[in-house]
Amino acid sequence: MLDKINFYQTGSNTVGNRLINPSMRTEQASVDRPNSLTCGHRACQGCGEALGARYAIDAAMKATSGQIMVVNATGCLEVFSTPYPESAWRLPWIHSLFGNTAAVGSGLAAAAKVRAELNGDSVTPRIIAQGGDGGTTDIGMGCLSGMFDRNDDVLYICYDNEAYMNTGVQRSSATPPAARTATTMPVGEEPGSDWGKGKDVPLIAMAHGIPYVATATIADLRDLETKVAKAMSFHGARYISILVPCPLGWGLKSSALTVTAARLAMETGFYPVYEAEYGQITSVRKIRQKQPVINYLQIQRRYAHLTGKKADPNVLARLQAMCDANIEHFGLLGDEAPQLNPAAIQAYERSKKV
Amino acid sequence: MMNKAFAVTLDPATSLENHTGSWRTLRPENVFKLPPCNKQCPAGENIQQWLYYAAEGNYEMAWRFLTENNPFPACMGRVCYHTCEGKCNRGFLDEAVGINSVERFLGDYAIEHKLSFKRPAKDTGKKVLIIGAGPGGLSAAYHLRRFGHSVHVLEAGAEPGGMMRYGIPVYRLPRNILDAEIARITDMGVTIECNHKVEDIEAEKKKGGYDAVIITTGAGISSNVDIPEGDTNHILNALNVLGEIETKGNIEIARRVAVYGGGNTAVDVARSLRRLGAEPIIVYRRNRDKMPANEEEMDAAIAEGIQVKWLSTITGATKESLKIEKMKLDESGYPQPTGEYEELPADAVVLAIGQNVDKSILDKLQGLKVERDAIVIDPETNETSVPGVFAAGDVASAKDRTVTLAIGMGKNTARSIHAYLRGVKYKKQPKNEDARFEDMHPWYYTDAPKTVRPELELARRTNTFDEVQYGLTEENAIYEARRCLSCGNCMECDNCYGVCPDNAIRKLGAGKGYEFNYDYCKGCGVCAQECPCGHIHMVPEKI
Ligand SMILES: Cc1ncc(C[n+]2csc(CCOP(=O)(O)OP(=O)(O)O)c2C)c(N)n1
Ligand code: SF4
Ligand SMILES: [Mg+2]
Repeated sequence: MLDKINFYQTGSNTVGNRLINPSMRTEQASVDRPNSLTCGHRACQGCGEALGARYAIDAAMKATSGQIMVVNATGCLEVFSTPYPESAWRLPWIHSLFGNTAAVGSGLAAAAKVRAELNGDSVTPRIIAQGGDGGTTDIGMGCLSGMFDRNDDVLYICYDNEAYMNTGVQRSSATPPAARTATTMPVGEEPGSDWGKGKDVPLIAMAHGIPYVATATIADLRDLETKVAKAMSFHGARYISILVPCPLGWGLKSSALTVTAARLAMETGFYPVYEAEYGQITSVRKIRQKQPVINYLQIQRRYAHLTGKKADPNVLARLQAMCDANIEHFGLLGDEAPQLNPAAIQAYERSKKV
Repeated sequence: MMNKAFAVTLDPATSLENHTGSWRTLRPENVFKLPPCNKQCPAGENIQQWLYYAAEGNYEMAWRFLTENNPFPACMGRVCYHTCEGKCNRGFLDEAVGINSVERFLGDYAIEHKLSFKRPAKDTGKKVLIIGAGPGGLSAAYHLRRFGHSVHVLEAGAEPGGMMRYGIPVYRLPRNILDAEIARITDMGVTIECNHKVEDIEAEKKKGGYDAVIITTGAGISSNVDIPEGDTNHILNALNVLGEIETKGNIEIARRVAVYGGGNTAVDVARSLRRLGAEPIIVYRRNRDKMPANEEEMDAAIAEGIQVKWLSTITGATKESLKIEKMKLDESGYPQPTGEYEELPADAVVLAIGQNVDKSILDKLQGLKVERDAIVIDPETNETSVPGVFAAGDVASAKDRTVTLAIGMGKNTARSIHAYLRGVKYKKQPKNEDARFEDMHPWYYTDAPKTVRPELELARRTNTFDEVQYGLTEENAIYEARRCLSCGNCMECDNCYGVCPDNAIRKLGAGKGYEFNYDYCKGCGVCAQECPCGHIHMVPEKI
């Protein structure tokens, strides 16, 4: 009888749920989750990046029975997790430079393969390279594109908090328009970060035709865990971008709002959540309860100039139009399918090889 | 450092040395709040708690927690006016949880599976006399027996149940259900003596050597109004009509009957008479808005074809008709006469304009204070002005007279007597703070409409005394229980445990909840923000 009733109070919206079958609960709900990034790290109160990293690496650990090595770019995650002489990591972890993380990942993957062959090991450890948006979309872009080009067996995770947080909130190519950063102050004709600049790295990754690309946020844990597990089921280059709100850099009204901010980014259409295989979008996370963009903006001081008395309603309208365009392009509402996008020719070859 | 392999500088998890709890200015704490349903329940049920077990399919556990407060779930699942549902926080989201239907499901489950109450482990040797085997008296008897006291109940009627038997029609409460739930109480060792009308309370107490007495004699006398009566028009009272239908199964009454009054009893009489083939018409001096009768019951009456004459008083009666004066409501909602009259054809009138307590036995008890048709009791202890004599139910409540309230008063009286028998003064437990919808996180709950209890077809309902509302199926009961938001109390969704960026919440395992690890908790507040049911508070740290 109990199995027949597929209605479970909070359903799959919460981390766990005592009413559902244990196998359907998230990895984070289990008493013995790996806690790959454990207590004592020095991230700010309510840091979304710390949360996103534990979510993602724990899921990868589960998917590979613990056979994971991590390369970390310079950035908050690296700094707060490993201030000498302490480390908050519970797995093999290496830091080299700010911009070469993907390259170090490629090297590690090659070395792991050779070593397993030499030793006659039946399992080859898998490699995750990770960094912030600055380290990924700007300075690390060359190495990342090379890793995609060679289709190296690395999962690259970008923890996107939309600016260079560790050095005091400077604009990156992932900073959205109109957002205040230390280098894009809310002054002049178009206050905050410029319009018409920036790049969409998940789409750039897809254009390389690599096996798997996904976006996720810390506000949909099941979706995030599923995507990491799925990424680990592929060999070759993979890319996941996780939206991780930064209470400090975004000026969240309270450090408690990290997950809520990520949820609003999804529910407004500001941050489209989807996955793609070999350059083609295969699924889209639908908006559950659509919200106007103002609800997202008004809990962040980096947008204070858009919601105050002197705010320019045109800017707000432009941001809303941006969300609406996302909703349309990615089919974030209802049963609509996302618009087809052309994939790189390499995708065709690579998809045949597997 | 020396022992490390090439290029290795840091050992894993050495960050545990760094107790980030010292950063904290706010500390998360679990708060157990009072859900609005529990707060509203006149019987003091812990509804959220028993729904929690029902949602898991653990019906026996749910029933055990339910009956901690109320021994009559099968009856209450039928006759309670479930004001709890009107307060349910889920109402803000879609529709209130069908609490009453789940209660009934659990009550029926317990009867079907022959669940019984545990006998007390030890007898205290104290004796309590209860006068009146209605809901208040039986509830008190049950709770006193659980404490281990020996309880004897004296009942004037032929069978126990009080208004549940002689006031509530069979189509709302089948008697086998009532009998089963009473039997469970007598199985615990409570003795009930029927056909024993108490004349002298003091003498009865002395004779039996009782340590305490509870008066739960109800309000069983129908109020009267003066209607100038011509010829032979019958004027009857509601309780006699309902009592006679209960004992004889029928009543000799005219076809066109006016039922005078706007309360639940008026509706019960009208619906009962309809089933016996009469054409009742309710005559009420105010309008529907001002009518005290339960809305669902009134809707059912109208659906069954019962007519209502609003804003009307009966000023006289002749053989075949009534003289009706039209009323209008003044600014404060009171009906005022208009001087306009009309005739209403009717062969009989049933008065259902209120019930009074039987003062004859109360007057004989020296020192007993009775005011405005109710025994005066201490609201904390339910003790009357006579030491050692307590009262509960309709006889001690002039304003609010429902079965549910009587059950709640019976429970409180039992607790108070339990204290009294040990020589201490009873104090009600302080209530937890309210679980408000504003403090919850509705996004997390999945959408689900309320299942509506299938009702018997109207045509069948009006000419039989078969039960009108069928119970929920097991499927629907679980579904309904799972709609509960678990307001202000943990439902083990693991959200706090999951969303902590500092891994500073320990999960203790199924049924054991969670623990904050204050060594590492930085006080960011994400757990409190993301708790769906508002079970976590952020409290300023003393720095
Ligand atoms: C080559 C080089 N340039 C600059 C820096 C200084 N630096 C350290 S962390 C950082 C910002 C990192 O930003 P991002 O990659 O977005 O990560 P976040 O801190 O936001 O997580 C910068 C500029 C550096 N370490 N190396
Ligand atoms: S600055 Fe932002 S990203 Fe860096 S530790 Fe603080 S909250 Fe996390
Ligand atoms: Mg960044």
